[in-house]
Amino acid sequence: MKFEKPKALTDMPFHYCPGCSHGIVHRLIAEVIDELGIEGRTVGVAPVGCAVFAYNYFSCDMVQSPHGRAQAVATGIKRANPENMVFTYQGDGDLAAIGTAETIHAAARGENMTVIFINNAIYGMTGGQMAPTTLIGQVTQTSPYGRDPKTAGYPMKVCELLSTLDGVALAQRVSVDTVKNVKEAKKAIKKAFEYQMEGKGYTIVEILCVCPTNWGLSMKDSLKWLRGTLMPNYPVGVVKDTGAKCKSKVKEVK
Amino acid sequence: MPEKVLMKGNEAAAEAAILAGCRHFFGYPITPQTEIAAHMSNRMPKIGGIYLQAESEIGAINMVLGASAAGVRTMTSSSSPGISLKAESLSYLAGSDLPAVLVNIQRAGPGLGGIQPSQADYWQATRSSGHGDYKMLVFAPSTVQEMVDLVVDAFYLSDKYRMPAMILSDGLLGQMMEPVVFDESKVKKAPEKPWATCGHGDKREHNIITSLFIDPYDLDAVVKARYERYEHIKENEQRYEEYCTKDADIIVVSYGASARIVRSAVDAARKEGIKAGMIRPISVWPFPDKPILSKINDVKAFLCVEMSMGQMVDDVRLAVNGKKDVKFFGHTGGVVPTPSEVLEEIKKINRGA
Repeated sequence: MKFEKPKALTDMPFHYCPGCSHGIVHRLIAEVIDELGIEGRTVGVAPVGCAVFAYNYFSCDMVQSPHGRAQAVATGIKRANPENMVFTYQGDGDLAAIGTAETIHAAARGENMTVIFINNAIYGMTGGQMAPTTLIGQVTQTSPYGRDPKTAGYPMKVCELLSTLDGVALAQRVSVDTVKNVKEAKKAIKKAFEYQMEGKGYTIVEILCVCPTNWGLSMKDSLKWLRGTLMPNYPVGVVKDTGAKCKSKVKEVK
Repeated sequence: MPEKVLMKGNEAAAEAAILAGCRHFFGYPITPQTEIAAHMSNRMPKIGGIYLQAESEIGAINMVLGASAAGVRTMTSSSSPGISLKAESLSYLAGSDLPAVLVNIQRAGPGLGGIQPSQADYWQATRSSGHGDYKMLVFAPSTVQEMVDLVVDAFYLSDKYRMPAMILSDGLLGQMMEPVVFDESKVKKAPEKPWATCGHGDKREHNIITSLFIDPYDLDAVVKARYERYEHIKENEQRYEEYCTKDADIIVVSYGASARIVRSAVDAARKEGIKAGMIRPISVWPFPDKPILSKINDVKAFLCVEMSMGQMVDDVRLAVNGKKDVKFFGHTGGVVPTPSEVLEEIKKINRGA
């Protein structure tokens, strides 16, 4: 078997830091786009953050959104051309802090699109500040004594939060720290895109990722921290899947 | 000949957008523009269009950004406080060279201000709706019919120049009923949009819509190229009406709803033998400096009348460039100037006061 770059990725080399999970996730999305044969009708929305340059890496049409507004932008794209497959690619600051309203209401409306949510418990591009997903006690540039819930509140579990909304068809948390988990992550991304193709509604795949640069850890220790500390707080698995629960009841909307 | 119908300014703006081919409207309620959203929510489902009530003005303008990137004619509307919220994405629209039409039915500010008509968002519309170096096309209707005509033209010019266009109106026009005609023959089709992100269909390279240029020299070049386009627009798209200016000693400059009052004041002044006239900017960006420059040697003074503390008066003064006196009269807070107040100001100038 020959190892090849997915067609849905351009030839531009990634700018991401060594060890960063973005490269793996980009590849998984591109593989899914290739396998479903949808590159020609896919439009992606890049966030503000490290992944803003995703618009250079995916071969499909791409739009760069203002910070946090990706799902409103994606709503406009999808409503204009419902035959397009639309996905957003967002970090935890983008999606769960500044973009909370856009996220919750896109989900509540059941916007038929796919959200790829990168949870690394930190703001990456700006240099490692506290995010809504930062754990209790976690030291960041803006929680130098560790996140204290008395003053800085509690971490947000986005999939669990969104799963209460009727418009959500799939909310699943995955990780890309092991081969097995990478395979699970790809399955979840593929399912999310397939649900969108079937018109099932809003789909979100939350992906636990490492940020060795801003965590200040080696790659090895980053993976250890992800498994030992991050994952117990954000358990991987399906949080909501309307397709699995009542497959026969879900109407296909064209 | 299309028939005349009696309509509120707000409803007419919405119907004009539909006439122009807009089928994607993203709204959010705010007084005094809510009839636009209400009209769209009624009409769009009947004509295969989309009315979507966003979670906020921010949500609405970003949906507009997405729909515009996808290549369709799209619109949102709001009133002053809501426009402030849209500021971020107006900057992104301009920075991404995306067309879109935005209606501002101005109310009094600052803050929550009041819900009565105002023209205090002139600076915001023409100077600094958002961050960075950019401009929007801004049109200010004075009648409900002109609202219709300008909305239709705004879609065309916004597409032509790939930049956002704003209808800068106010609660007076928005709530006023007048007979209007919707003339399909005035609608110009949207140009081809080969840049749109609507799926490349395996037929072309991928399109990217972005406002990010990380290399400062790239950004410098992109913005400068955009400003060349703005210079072309300044030269070619100035719109204005001149009223009784031919022999005028005193020219009142006024736009939108306040120009209606000024027109009455000019008529009253003429009856008293005072040679007054009016220049009414219809485009406020580009600001029509041409008629002012052509009259500058013939008049005693200019008077600017606005429903604000004096904002457009800056543009009049820039055009006049110190060569003549430029006076200002206005009310703010939702108070509309009366014709007799304006007449009194004209008389004062006539007396040399």
